Amino acid sequence: MSELLNDETKKVLTEPLVENNPITLQVLGICSALAVTSQMSTSLIMALALTMVTACSSAAISAIRNHIPSSIRIIVQMTIIASLVIVVDQLLKAFAYDVSKQLSVFVGLIITNCIVMGRAEAYAMKNPPLESFIDGIGNGLGYSLILIIVATFREIFGSGKLLGIEVLKLTKDGGWYDPNGLMLLPPSAFFIIGLLIWAVREWKPKQREAIEFKIMSISHGEEGGHH
Amino acid sequence: MPKCEKLNKVCEKLEQYESYRKFKAYADKILGLGNDSLEKTIAIAVALCLVCAVFVSMAAVALKPLQVSNKELDMKKNILDVAGLLQADTNIEKAFAERIEAKLVDLETGNYADGDANAYDQRKAAKDPAQSIAITKDKDIAHIRVKAKLAKVYLVKEGGATKSIILPINGYGLWSTLYGFLSVEADGQTVQSINFYDQSETPGLGGEVVNPNWRALWKGKKIYAETEQASSEKGSLGEAGVGEPALSLIKGTVDSSKAGSQYQVDGLAGATLTSTGVTNLVRYWTSKEGFAPYLAKVRTVKGAN
Repeated sequence: MSELLNDETKKVLTEPLVENNPITLQVLGICSALAVTSQMSTSLIMALALTMVTACSSAAISAIRNHIPSSIRIIVQMTIIASLVIVVDQLLKAFAYDVSKQLSVFVGLIITNCIVMGRAEAYAMKNPPLESFIDGIGNGLGYSLILIIVATFREIFGSGKLLGIEVLKLTKDGGWYDPNGLMLLPPSAFFIIGLLIWAVREWKPKQREAIEFKIMSISHGEEGGHH
Repeated sequence: MPKCEKLNKVCEKLEQYESYRKFKAYADKILGLGNDSLEKTIAIAVALCLVCAVFVSMAAVALKPLQVSNKELDMKKNILDVAGLLQADTNIEKAFAERIEAKLVDLETGNYADGDANAYDQRKAAKDPAQSIAITKDKDIAHIRVKAKLAKVYLVKEGGATKSIILPINGYGLWSTLYGFLSVEADGQTVQSINFYDQSETPGLGGEVVNPNWRALWKGKKIYAETEQASSEKGSLGEAGVGEPALSLIKGTVDSSKAGSQYQVDGLAGATLTSTGVTNLVRYWTSKEGFAPYLAKVRTVKGAN
């Protein structure tokens, strides 16, 4: 195993988890992170589906990268990604029917997930297939990690459950916890992801972006020059 | 490696054909061209589309039987669920075959119609102009525009007698058309259960139509007004005369001490439009446009058989 995973591949695999996370650092794939995270089970399937699609599409695109005409580059990537997404959707309908019903359109929307395109364009077009595959897995895992964290908060505080198992007893079932309805709605994921990005950037100050413009205080004529 | 040998053999065989050699020569030529040449761009686009199309259609065709059986099993599960026959360890196929009988009902007359009920697909029939009727706008409170002439109902059997009747219902909520079943006891008046198997309302709000706790509130509610019912909410819901569908969702919680509470179900908190949609679709399908003629016959014959 250690021979298989040399330092470079290890870096490609683990870096997207925190150091270069697609959601918290690259701020990609937010849309689906808002939509599917109200329950843990849908988040897990979505994370798995996205990881598979990113890894396989990166590998496929990388395998033909030297022959992709630059003028139709994006559409070639899209065709490959879309085909894979349709296959994943078909697989889910065949083997995980209940989950596919809950995820409904969001599996199809993996096609437009910026992470898949982003990795194809940024990594797979320049690197060999195996590395691209691992890069896809790594980024998929980074996305999965955030989804799992967000879904944990949303399901516990929104419906008092985790993976459908009761954690906090709700008042309507005779318990003490009054669920927070906002947690079931997509905007709550915005707050959680925002707080996560803040936490990660406090932990790893390197990720903070340089301030582009300094906000100046309005200086009055007689106080001019003071700071 | 034996696999490679086989592949080589196949290639050797293919070499015998003129067209394969031509194809190979052309492919080599194309791959040798610069990435920006027009010919290569077109050739790559065509080849990619072909490969992807074959890949996608293979997956679709190969998985189709599994998907169809999943769908059927899911439908049976929903029917057993609304009939109150579904436990965690229920053998769905067996229970369905033993307890449930599908029948076709002519919506206009309320009589049973001939035909293979098991093979009939009401949703498909509603889309086929030959098998469906357009609903006039003033009557279309469920916003479904068309309905099939024949409806597929399920009779729940217990010891030879019909215990309850399961009616297919559908109508528009906030985002989506809700498809579901309404299970009515053999008196054609008392609700046993309701179940929506296909909907995409807001999860957590309108999507709570699938919540078992909310669905349990429907048990024992009456469909048709026995005395005149006033409008339960200003403007949104009409009053119901004797014998007309009166069942509706109200805002807040039903006060069971008040008169008329047997026709009322708690509305879904934070989902007014879905609640109105559910009221309308239940009222539509229990009205003269829907199953009222059929249920009237069920009541007079005492039992659906």
